[in-house]
Amino acid sequence: MSRKPKEERRDNIISSALKLFSERGFHITTIPDIAEKVGMSVGNFYNYFKSKDILAKELVVYISTYLGDEIAKINDQKISTKEKVSAIVKMYFKMAREDPEKIEYFLRVYLSNREVFGGGGCDGMLCVSPFVTELMIFFDDGVEQGNLRNQDFFSAFGLFMGYLGGMVFLFGEKILPKPLNEYEESISENIYNALRVQ
Amino acid sequence: MPYASSEKKPALIWLQGVTCNGNSHSFLNLPYLPQLLEKYEIIYHPLLEGTSTLHELVLNKAECDVLIFEGAYDPLMKRHNVSLKDIVTHYAGLAKYIIAAGSCASFGGMFKASAPERNTGLILNESEPQGPLLVIKQKVINLSGCPIHPEWLGFTLTMIADNREIPVDELNRPIELYSRLAHHGCTRNEYFEWKVDSKAFGLKEGCLFYEQGCRGPMTHASCNHILWNEVNSKTRAGTPCFGCTEPDFPRKNLFTTKTNMSIPVDIPVGISKRSYLALAGVAKTFHIKRLEGKLIDEKRNN
Repeated sequence: MSRKPKEERRDNIISSALKLFSERGFHITTIPDIAEKVGMSVGNFYNYFKSKDILAKELVVYISTYLGDEIAKINDQKISTKEKVSAIVKMYFKMAREDPEKIEYFLRVYLSNREVFGGGGCDGMLCVSPFVTELMIFFDDGVEQGNLRNQDFFSAFGLFMGYLGGMVFLFGEKILPKPLNEYEESISENIYNALRVQ
Repeated sequence: MPYASSEKKPALIWLQGVTCNGNSHSFLNLPYLPQLLEKYEIIYHPLLEGTSTLHELVLNKAECDVLIFEGAYDPLMKRHNVSLKDIVTHYAGLAKYIIAAGSCASFGGMFKASAPERNTGLILNESEPQGPLLVIKQKVINLSGCPIHPEWLGFTLTMIADNREIPVDELNRPIELYSRLAHHGCTRNEYFEWKVDSKAFGLKEGCLFYEQGCRGPMTHASCNHILWNEVNSKTRAGTPCFGCTEPDFPRKNLFTTKTNMSIPVDIPVGISKRSYLALAGVAKTFHIKRLEGKLIDEKRNN
C-alpha cells in the first residue's frame, strides 16, 4: 500500500524481463518485447532503464540484493553454523524451484556473458556485493564460533557456491532424477563436512 | 589566564614505576622543552636537574602541584626502601594534577607483563577501573602511548601552566589528542580505500591494514597529525601502527592481521561489519593499474 506506483512498475519490468530472458533467451529478447509484456510504451520504458545493458546490470543487483536479504535473515538467526548451511541450501533450492528465472538469469546470463557485464558497470564483485557480503558474514561468524576451518575466503566461497550453482544448473537441464529438495540434506552435509573444523 | 611571572611556578615531580624510560627520552625531544620547563619548578626528574634528590623525595619532604608518573605501578616496588605505594599516594594527594605518562602508567602496558597479576596503571588495569589512585581519578590525566609523543606531554603541561581545562575521554585521555585515529592523515589512504595491500614493511606503496596488522583504524592517537620528529610517522615510514595508545597494548601476534576466511576480525572503530565488508569486499576485486606498481614508475614510463 505504501509502495509508489513507479516502484511497482519498475518491479513489473524486472519480473517480466526475467521471464522473457528465461523463455526466449537473453540476446533474442528486445526492449520492445519487454515493454509489450509490461504494457507500456518503449519511450516510457526508457524512463525506467536507459538501455538493455543497464537493465542487464540492474537485474544482477536486484537478484543479489534479494539473495543477500534472504541470507542476512539466516545469518541473524541464533542457530548453529551447521543449521545455517542447511537453511542457505534450502533457501537457494526453493528459489530455484519457485522463482527459477532469478537464478537462471544469474547462471546463464551473468556468468556466461561477461562482455555485457564488464567494462565499468559490473566490475569485479560490484554488482553481486549484497550477496557476497552476507556470505562473508556467514564465514566470518562460522570461524569466530570455532565451527568452520580458517582458510582462504575464495576456497570456501567456491566450494559453497560452485556446488549450489552446479546443482541448480543440472536441475535446470532436467538431468536430476529426483526432485531438487531431496538433495538438500546430503548437499548440506557435504558442504558442512568440507568446511568444518576437523 | 596564564600565570604571571611573579606567581609561584607549579612544582613538578616525575616519578617512575617499572619503566624503560621511553617517555622521559621522548620528552627530551620536545623542541620547546627549555621554554616549557621555565613555567615549572622541577622538584625531581630522573634525567633532568631538580631541586630535590630522590632520597629527600621519598621522605615526603617535597612540594608537589603536578605529579607525572611513568611506568607500570607495582605495589611491591620500593624506592630508597620506601614503598612506591606510599610515595605515590602521598604526592598524588598533594598534587592538583596527576599525569600518567605512557601506556604503562595509563593501563599497565608493556611492564604489566612483568607481573600481570599485580601490575596496573594508576587508575586502570587495561580497561578495568583499578589502581592506586582510583579514588582520585578525576585528577588523573592518562597520556597513553609507547612512548608518548613529546608534544602530547608538552600540550598537557602548557595547558596546566596556563590554567586551562583539559576535557578527557572515558579513559581519561585528553580528547584534543585522542579523538583522532592513527588512521587519519596516513599517506596510504588511497591504498586503504581500494584495498591494495603492502606486501612488506618500508614500501612507499600499499596499505598496511589488511596483511601487515596495522591497527591505525582502531587506534585513538594523533600520530599522523602531529608527526614524530615533526616529519614522519610509523605508517608513513611503512611500519604498521601497533595500537600502543589503547588499553589492550601490547597484543599478541603484532604485525599480523587476524582474519577469518580472509575477513579481518577487527575492523575500523564504530563501523558495522556488514557495512565494512560490503565496501571492502567489492573494492578488493577491482584492479586499478595505477595502484598496482610503484607510483614513480607510472610517471617514469610516460
